[in-house]
Amino acid sequence: MAILNINKLTKSFGGLTAVSNVTMELREGELVGLIGPNGAGKTTVFNLLSGLYVPSSGEILLNTGGKTIAVQGKNPHVICKSGIGRTFQNIRLFRDLTVMDNVRIAMHHNVKYGLLSGFLHLPSYRREEGRLKEESMELLELMDLGDKAGELAKNLPYGEQRHLEIARALATKPDLLLLDEPAAGMNPAETTQLTKLIQWIRERFRLTILLIEHDMSLVMRICERIYVLDHGMLIAEGTPEEIRANKRVIEAYLGEDVTDA
Amino acid sequence: MVKGLKELLSLRKWFLLLFTFVIVQFLVQINVINDYLQATIATICINIILAVSLNLITGFTGQFSLGHAGFMSIGAYTCAIILLRVPSTGGFLAGLLSGAVLAALVGFLVGLPTLRLRGDYLAIATLGMSEIIRIIFLNLEITNGAAGLSGIPRFTNWFYLFVFMAGTILLISNFLRSSHGRACISVREDEIAAEAMGINATRYKVTAFTIGAFCAGIAGALYAGYFYFLKPSTFGFLKSIDILVIVVLGGMGSLSGSVLAAILLALISTFLQDFPDLRMVLYSLMLIIIMIFRPQGLMGSKELSLKMLTGLGRNLLPSRKGGE
Repeated sequence: MAILNINKLTKSFGGLTAVSNVTMELREGELVGLIGPNGAGKTTVFNLLSGLYVPSSGEILLNTGGKTIAVQGKNPHVICKSGIGRTFQNIRLFRDLTVMDNVRIAMHHNVKYGLLSGFLHLPSYRREEGRLKEESMELLELMDLGDKAGELAKNLPYGEQRHLEIARALATKPDLLLLDEPAAGMNPAETTQLTKLIQWIRERFRLTILLIEHDMSLVMRICERIYVLDHGMLIAEGTPEEIRANKRVIEAYLGEDVTDA
Repeated sequence: MVKGLKELLSLRKWFLLLFTFVIVQFLVQINVINDYLQATIATICINIILAVSLNLITGFTGQFSLGHAGFMSIGAYTCAIILLRVPSTGGFLAGLLSGAVLAALVGFLVGLPTLRLRGDYLAIATLGMSEIIRIIFLNLEITNGAAGLSGIPRFTNWFYLFVFMAGTILLISNFLRSSHGRACISVREDEIAAEAMGINATRYKVTAFTIGAFCAGIAGALYAGYFYFLKPSTFGFLKSIDILVIVVLGGMGSLSGSVLAAILLALISTFLQDFPDLRMVLYSLMLIIIMIFRPQGLMGSKELSLKMLTGLGRNLLPSRKGGE
């Protein structure tokens, strides 16, 4: 069953059409790649899906818990609560807060105590804060960040900041996870480790994952299906093998007149 | 064991508060603290309430507001108007509460549209708002226009000052250590990331703004109940700047910094009473010097703790652990 249906999604900025008539479908539990040359509109698609941009036209339908909701144009925090979590290409952690606070903030929308209890630290505060601490610690340990819980996010090494971004997105309890270039800036060993991590969290949290990535070896290795964007338009869709052999994709990446890559 | 220790520490906090209260009360009783000093203490307490609440808005939630004097004036005028008609403790408390609620209400209504703005734009909008409030008070009959209200009976005493100051600090620091407080802080850190992690940024900006306005209303009411006399020009642009100076000097995002800075600035300005000609020059000069040597404010974003005090002997500067 499809967890996400994107229908004829278009976004223009003034005269520039960044995403044009894109139609995609993600089935539950799939790991799908979204690739394309620089400036193809991949991150714009993510920003539309997570509500940071309002689409010019088209619809985004999310099917979770037996319900179908149209999320296009909704506020990012509403979309996050509906079950779409994301990471950012240029890491956007809460830099001056601790690793644990980064994760706890992402759990905020599941917190069950009100402002009054926040002011007076009533029993519900103690109970919920205890649970938050436990759950965030558990998540951090799963992501190999357990011993860094008290560190400031900005003091983590680059690779661990990327891991924390994923941990924070997982803390929002998403059904669909959008990963925006998780391997950017990583060396091959780190990328291999990340590949395993992505596969593992998909099983562990029963996620559907949509992945933007420039590292082709990673994309080809773990994605079941791949969508290819170029100049804001979808130019191909298929399994890694099909994409590898697709003439239009090769042209998009290497320019025309090249028949064999 | 650890839990027992924590309980003990929080007991110590209460003990420290009680101790401060009793000592000052005692000194007032035996007349060691004269009227002038009492007024200084009142100013310090009121400024602490103002600075701590502005710090919640500006230092913790990251919304640059220049309108705090406006909220203060709403609390002050509301309390004064009620006190002039019902000069009793009941009237004072009713005035204080209604002043705070009214200030919070205005904060909420003004916050909803203006908090969509960012940075300098928000600063200008809040500045405009506080000017509008001032001009309304200048033209209303009930506030007696530019002449202001006089003969307000004094009901604010050390007890009320202390209770509301300590209450403001405790409740706001509790709030900041709750999930709602962390949501506010995340908006300061990165609004877009906060939104994408499920935080309703507008809601928490308005929440912080409303809480801050409520506390400023309390501070205004305490002011009205102490200084006998109110006029609109007291709550002008410069008053908002004064409060902001305390927050910046103490450290954006440090409650204990705001408390320290409020006390320090009051002491400096009391000390400078003896040099009336040079007073403002020296005051400004000191601000400049402090900002040059500690641009992040006295406390940065750290809080004063016993651990830090013991480390102070070794290191004279607040702990720099965590890098800057």
